[in-house]
Order: sequence, then structure tokens, then C-alpha cells
Amino acid sequence: MSRKQFIISAEGVNKSFDGFQAIRELTFYMDVGELRTVIGPNGAGKTTFLDLITGRTKPDEGKIDFMDAHDLTRMSEYEIYRLGIGRKFQTPTVYTDHTVHENLVLSLEGSRGVFRSLFSRLNSTERDRIEDILKTINLSAHSQRKAGALAHGQKQWLEIGMLLAQNARLLLVDEPAAGMTDEETAKTGDLLLSLAGDKHSILVIEHDMTFVRQISQGRKVTVLHQGHVLCEGPVDEVQNDERVLEVYLGRKARAA
Amino acid sequence: MKSNRNKIELIIVAIAAVILIVLLPALNAAGVVSNFTMSVWGKYLCYAILAISVDLLWGYTGLLSLGQSLFFALGGYMMGMHLMRMIGDLGQYKKPIPDFLVFLGWEQLPAFWVPFSSLVFSMLMVIALPAIVATGFGYLAFRSRIKGVYFSILTQALTYGAALMFFRNDMLLGGNNGFTDFKFLLGADVRAAGTQRGLFIATAIVLIAVYGFCRWLTTTKFGLVQRAVRDSETRVLFSGYAAANYKLFVFVICAIIAGVAGALYVPQVGIINPSEMQTDKSLEIIVWVAVGGRGTLLGPVVGAVVINALKSWATRAYPDLWLLMLGGLFILVVLFMPKGIVGLPAQIRGLLKRKQTPSALATDTAAATP
Repeated sequence: MSRKQFIISAEGVNKSFDGFQAIRELTFYMDVGELRTVIGPNGAGKTTFLDLITGRTKPDEGKIDFMDAHDLTRMSEYEIYRLGIGRKFQTPTVYTDHTVHENLVLSLEGSRGVFRSLFSRLNSTERDRIEDILKTINLSAHSQRKAGALAHGQKQWLEIGMLLAQNARLLLVDEPAAGMTDEETAKTGDLLLSLAGDKHSILVIEHDMTFVRQISQGRKVTVLHQGHVLCEGPVDEVQNDERVLEVYLGRKARAA
Repeated sequence: MKSNRNKIELIIVAIAAVILIVLLPALNAAGVVSNFTMSVWGKYLCYAILAISVDLLWGYTGLLSLGQSLFFALGGYMMGMHLMRMIGDLGQYKKPIPDFLVFLGWEQLPAFWVPFSSLVFSMLMVIALPAIVATGFGYLAFRSRIKGVYFSILTQALTYGAALMFFRNDMLLGGNNGFTDFKFLLGADVRAAGTQRGLFIATAIVLIAVYGFCRWLTTTKFGLVQRAVRDSETRVLFSGYAAANYKLFVFVICAIIAGVAGALYVPQVGIINPSEMQTDKSLEIIVWVAVGGRGTLLGPVVGAVVINALKSWATRAYPDLWLLMLGGLFILVVLFMPKGIVGLPAQIRGLLKRKQTPSALATDTAAATP
């Protein structure tokens, strides 16, 4: 039996901040090409988990491997990015003083070296690529505006566009639907669904259960609670799991 | 609108270049512009080059370095060593080595002084020494992710430490007197009007070249990354850029620019000593840049010239009040003119617009905070 390759495998990961155990004995596997949704109440360690994958913080214990080959716990943020791991932050994090177009130029896949940056110019393929992305994220008309002047939802889209420009193998998407209208949310879901496949694996963190239903479509959903995996399974199964009900609804569930 | 402003700036720079490189020297040669005016303006231009280097660090990369006066002085010292060698045996003691070495009991030239007899070597050192110091310091500071005010304090400490070192006589660099009484440069009397005119033209050309280089740098992808580091360094790391390398590159380039400015400054003012690398000098440059307009390339030039012209006048007319005036000006600019002098036209236009259409203001803010 040939083992499937994991895009991310985390084993026995622990991380505490000033005595607060944010991640506790976390073990998590995700297949190449998978679209996985992670849900969990506030403080469950969802964002900390992304911080650990992207090198923003280092675990106290445990290992996190990418493609069964790279130990992410020993690498810096930009080295991890260069492996093809891109991240959309919870609060939209774009370069506010740069134009929308410049934001995408900065994110476009390619060399990141100092000396190359002095003499690199966009070629026509890259220009077309940026135009395509601008169309996809509905910002063609705003390409010369400063990103800081965009509406909240537009910033979210721009940041997703930056992930597209990077052409990441693993996309880590933290609450993409926050602050979006229902229509925008549905469109974001469609975009993520269209991306998932052999070329991109996607890890989405989300609160909005309608959105989770839309993108999971029977795929595996992981519930995090107090820093470790509470249960995994299709969204319907997970929503009816007693432990999940207790965690989310607390005493009410027990009383009922 | 933006390209329009660029065009205006380009025209201003072209006119300034013609005035500085051709017109002023020609008028000086014809006797219309005095030698004194030329020497004062030569000094201002050196300061302007220095101010651009500070702005490239502070305004464009977000690195508030208080070490630029150190690199300025290092470049000056390298040039000063050559000028000291060119005195030959015309010093007070009529010996073939600089006077202060005779005074310290030296019979022969210390080994590290020997190659400075060559102007080419000295000019290479003007570039190499600041670059080496900046590379070493920058590598350690940026690798350890020292940022913000901590970086400023560290550069200040570096400058202070260096000044203490240069004050010592056993550094064999003239101690607190430094170098002065220069006599010859390229075989010509360094104080002669013709030599000073040549130095003035050289300074003007370097200023225009540095301006052009920085203008080009800001249009490259490097410039984009540089400003991204300023606004959101953490995000830059998550876009795959090793921010430390970008900062190190800018830091070294700016050290070199400051060093060249110092090397041009010393033969024009005729003296270099450790007081040039004291903290207040670095702080003064910050004020020039803030007053002129941070994050623009014309701003630091305007700031350096305006503040130093003001200083020349004030230190004669009201010597006791100068520091108060400087501090007051800085506070005024920070409070009311965030874009400095060069940002004033846009600021006034904005104010007039708001006065005319108060309703437009309301929609503006509404659009900004959705």
C-alpha cells in the first residue's frame, strides 16, 4: 500500500505563552490537494497553529513537516514562504501605502533576492497574470488606488489575490469571509473551491458555518478545542458530535 | 497627477543642476559671486547629499539612523588623511610627517598612514571604510531583528563610541584637534578660489548623481520592497523577502553616500575633527529631513539648505537662541506640516478644497471608514 503524501504533518506539537497552553499535543495530517476547514471556539489555537506553520512562532515541542521533507520548525518566515506556503491573515494585511497593482507585484512568484530586485522588470506574461488576478478578485478598476483606501471586503480580496499571485502550493486562509457581504462570501467560497486540487492545497479557518458548509461539501472538517484536535469528519457528522455541541454550546447542550 | 508632479520636480532639478554646475561657478570666476558665498553653498550641498542618505534610510525604509554623521566623518577623515600627507614638510615642525605625530614623538610615518599619500587609495577608502563598518554593524543589528527606537539608540551608541575613540591621541588621527591646515590637493593650493570652485562643481555633480540614483532606486522593485519594509516589515517576511538583506543593502549604500559627502566637505571647510561625529550632528540631519519633507527626494535637499542658511544667519544675529529656534521649528513641522516644506503646496491645496466644499470632506471621510 503506497502512503499518500502529506502536505502538512504535525505531531506532538506543544506551545505555551506565559503559562497559557495555546497548543496541546496537537497531531494533524493533511493530504496534498486537500481543502480542509478548521473550526473551533475562540482561543482554540487556530491562529496560533497557522503561526507555527508559517514560522511566526516556534513550538516548544513537536515537529511540523511540509511535504514530508521540510521541518518547518527550523525555518524562518521567508524561507517557509519560499517553499510555497502562503498566508492570508485574519485581519486583512496588505501594503496600505502601495497601490493595488504594486501589492500584487510584490507578491508575484519569482526571485526574492536583493540584487535581482534592482533590475527586474515585469515581463508581458507577468503583466497579463496580474491583469487576470485583478479580474478574478474584482479590483481591475481599482488597480492604481492605494490599498489602504479600499473597503474592508476589497482588502480581503486583495489579500486573496496576493496568494494567487504567489501561486502557493499550500494556502493558509484565516477567516476569509469576515466583514464580507453574503454575496462576496459565496464568491470567495467558489474561488477557494476552484483552486483546490493537485496544484494547491488549502487550509481554511472559519467561524461562519454557512461558509464552512459551502466549501467543505462533505470534505473533512477539523474541530480544534483548547489546542488539540477534538474531532474530525464531514461537517454534518461533526455538528452532531456530542463533544462538539458541548464545547460550542456549553451548559445548554448538557441541560438539553 | 502623480506623473505631473514628477515632471515639475524633474524640471526643478534640471534648472538647479544648470545653476549649480555651470552658472554659479561661471559667475564666481567672473567675480560676480563672492568666494565666501561659494564656500557657504559648497558646504550646504555636502549637507544636502548627507540629508538624502538619511531620508533614504528614514523616509523610505523606516530606519531612523543616528549614525549617519559617523559615516560622514569617516569619509571626511579618509580624505583628511590624504590632505595631511599633501602638506609634506611645510608643517610647523618642518618634518615630512604631520605635525601632531611629531608632537606625539613619532619620527616616522605609522604604517597605516603610508598608502594615504595616494589620492586614488584615499578615495577608495572614502567608500570602503563606511561600507565595511556599515556592513558589520548592519549585519549584526538586522540579523538580530533590532528595530525602531532600539535601532536608533544602537546607531547613536555606535557613533558616540566612535567619537570617543577618535578623541584619543593614540588613535594617531589627531585626537580632538583632528586634521586642519590643509595645503594642497592634486598639486594645487586647496584654498585657492579655482580649487574651491572645482570642489564646488564636483559636489554639485555628486549631489545630482545621488539624487538621480535614489530616484531610480525608488522606481525599481527594490524600491517597492523598501517601502513595504517601512510600512509592514512582518508582512514583508510573509511575502518571502528576507527583510534583513534589504535593510542591510540600503544601510550600506547610505553609509557610502554619507562618506562621499564627508570627503567633499573636508577640503572645502578645511577641517575635520571628532565633533563632526557627535550625536547632535546626527539629530540635526533628522531635523533637516523632517523640515524639508520626509519620504521625498527633494525634501532633504531643501531642508538641508534652508535650515543651514537659517543657522548661518541666526548664529550671527541671535547666537543664544539658535537651538531654541531649531527645536521650535522641528516641533512646528511635526505638528502642522507632516510633509515638510515640499509638501506645503499640496497641504494648502487640500485645505482650500475643504474650505470650498465642506460636503466633499464628509463624503471623503465616509469613504475612508466604511
